[in-house]
Amino acid sequence: MILDFITLAFTNLKKRQVRSWLTMLGIFIGIAAVVSLISLGQGLQDAISKQFETLGSDKITITAGAGLSGPPGSGFTSAKITQHDVDLIEKIGGIKGVVPINFKMGRVYFDDQLKYTYVYGIPLEEDMRSIVDSMSNIKVADGRRIEQGDTNVVMAGYGLSTGDIFEKEVKVRDKLLIEDKKFEVVGTLETIGNKADDSAIFMPLDKWREVFNEPEIISMIVVQVQDGDNVNDIAEEIKLRMRKDRGLKEGEEDFNILTSEQLADVFKIVFGIVQAVLIGIAAISLVVGGIGIMNTMYTSVLERTKEIGIMKAIGAKNSDILTLFLLESGLLGLVGGLIGITLGVGISKVVVLIAQEFIGTGLLGASFPPILIVGALTFSLVIGSLSGMLPAIQASKLKPVDALRYE
Amino acid sequence: MAILSLNEVWKTYEIGEEKVNAMAGINLNVNKGDFITIMGPSGSGKSTTMNMIGCLDVPSSGAVLLENQDISHLEESDLAIIRGKKIGFIFQKFNLIPTLTALENVELPMMFQEIPKEIRKERAAKLLGMVGLAGRLDHRPNELSGGEQQRVAIARALSNDPEIIVADEPTGNLDSKTGVNVMDFLRQLNKQGKTIIIVTHNEELTKYSSKVYMLRDGKIQNE
Repeated sequence: MILDFITLAFTNLKKRQVRSWLTMLGIFIGIAAVVSLISLGQGLQDAISKQFETLGSDKITITAGAGLSGPPGSGFTSAKITQHDVDLIEKIGGIKGVVPINFKMGRVYFDDQLKYTYVYGIPLEEDMRSIVDSMSNIKVADGRRIEQGDTNVVMAGYGLSTGDIFEKEVKVRDKLLIEDKKFEVVGTLETIGNKADDSAIFMPLDKWREVFNEPEIISMIVVQVQDGDNVNDIAEEIKLRMRKDRGLKEGEEDFNILTSEQLADVFKIVFGIVQAVLIGIAAISLVVGGIGIMNTMYTSVLERTKEIGIMKAIGAKNSDILTLFLLESGLLGLVGGLIGITLGVGISKVVVLIAQEFIGTGLLGASFPPILIVGALTFSLVIGSLSGMLPAIQASKLKPVDALRYE
Repeated sequence: MAILSLNEVWKTYEIGEEKVNAMAGINLNVNKGDFITIMGPSGSGKSTTMNMIGCLDVPSSGAVLLENQDISHLEESDLAIIRGKKIGFIFQKFNLIPTLTALENVELPMMFQEIPKEIRKERAAKLLGMVGLAGRLDHRPNELSGGEQQRVAIARALSNDPEIIVADEPTGNLDSKTGVNVMDFLRQLNKQGKTIIIVTHNEELTKYSSKVYMLRDGKIQNE
């Protein structure tokens, strides 16, 4: 029975093809926007979560500067972090390791070509190694890792070894001139996931201090706690001690302490807000699409008044007419939703492709949880049916005698 | 035995301040197997009477009995069920659904009675064959001539095998030869036992009927 009605509704929509398509346009633009925004937003959040997962939930990073004003080390500040702070933190209980990491833009010559890229100085002591590796996500692809006792050797990031930075690919045993000092490449790395990190060069921390003539400052301290559960307590303790040591009041800190969890939360909140605003705008377009369906259905009821009268004369009940018109508007919504979802998935995939190609991050992936697809489909069906409700009620309540007389 | 009777039926419309009696106390008995013609000039209350007989409308006062059931106080949805089962309509302007094929048009009343698709299709094709349109099943109304459309309408009227066929000016939009054709068809149906009620102002059609009622100002002139 209901199948017959669906066929009938479909026939009616097909008869008014141009109008049906135009009506559905309103729905599928809205649904496409919602689906692509949610899938990309979800993908972005997944990417962020993954990034912080490799960092580990048991780590705390300390950088100079006040407030989260940008990537670590980028803020202009007179405050410095030094070995003195490392010593201070090491005295706190429950800590597994304290690792200083330095980085700076450096002049790098290779094959008579000059490029500026990040140069990291990393400690090589055995007990710090795992913290450094998981912090920077270092995995050697070719050659070996730099080790204790190494001096004039470096590891080159994935981007250098694939020829993204210099015209020539950087290989193991190649020579680089960094800040006018000669280094040999002993290892190349696997991709870290973003262009900035993949174009970096890693050298021993002591050598870095010599090359950049920075004997004191530390760009970033990474602390690994023994037990991931009290990471926030220890972060508070570090904050307190550093503040006391510097003679600062609460809220006046000239350094940032972030647990990876906090860092992830900050990102998630920001993206959440941006996403909510965008989805809000998309939702408005869905409402407009719904009004479009309502308008089309009202027109349709008026045009088919006589037809409604005929159907009633030959035995259609009010509920039959109601069902028929509701199905028509529901179908408009559903088909619009289907096209919208397809379009939205397409848009997300293109955006991901563009992100990979031009921004160079392989981290961003679009995520399509089944709930999103099912939800969008249900939502479009509901919008269609709701918008068709009033016109359908009007159609069903027509008196057969009046409707038959209508020309 | 009366299959349908109107007892002192009044239908009053209010047009502005004025009250107009489209039916002013009509009494009418239709027996099973009758072929009745209701005649009258425009404004005589013909159409209103037809609506009452066809269960499309309910009276302002009086009773309409269909197979001894008083239908004058029924809700629209209950009337629809009665119409679908017991009455077949034939209209002056055929009133087929333009988006549907001949076969689908004939199927439609059966669809509202929730008859399964296969049975519907078979029966609709049989009926269309009976009215001589076996080769036109997939044609839409605009691909058919007036006479053909009216024959589709007759097939549609017969689809739920109703007791009564109500025809409103069935030859009004047809040339005389096609008109005779359609009337012959109705006569045939009458011989097979169907009760036929025709509303018209064409005197030609009275020769087919067993009983003629003349309507004027909402009243029956003769008995």
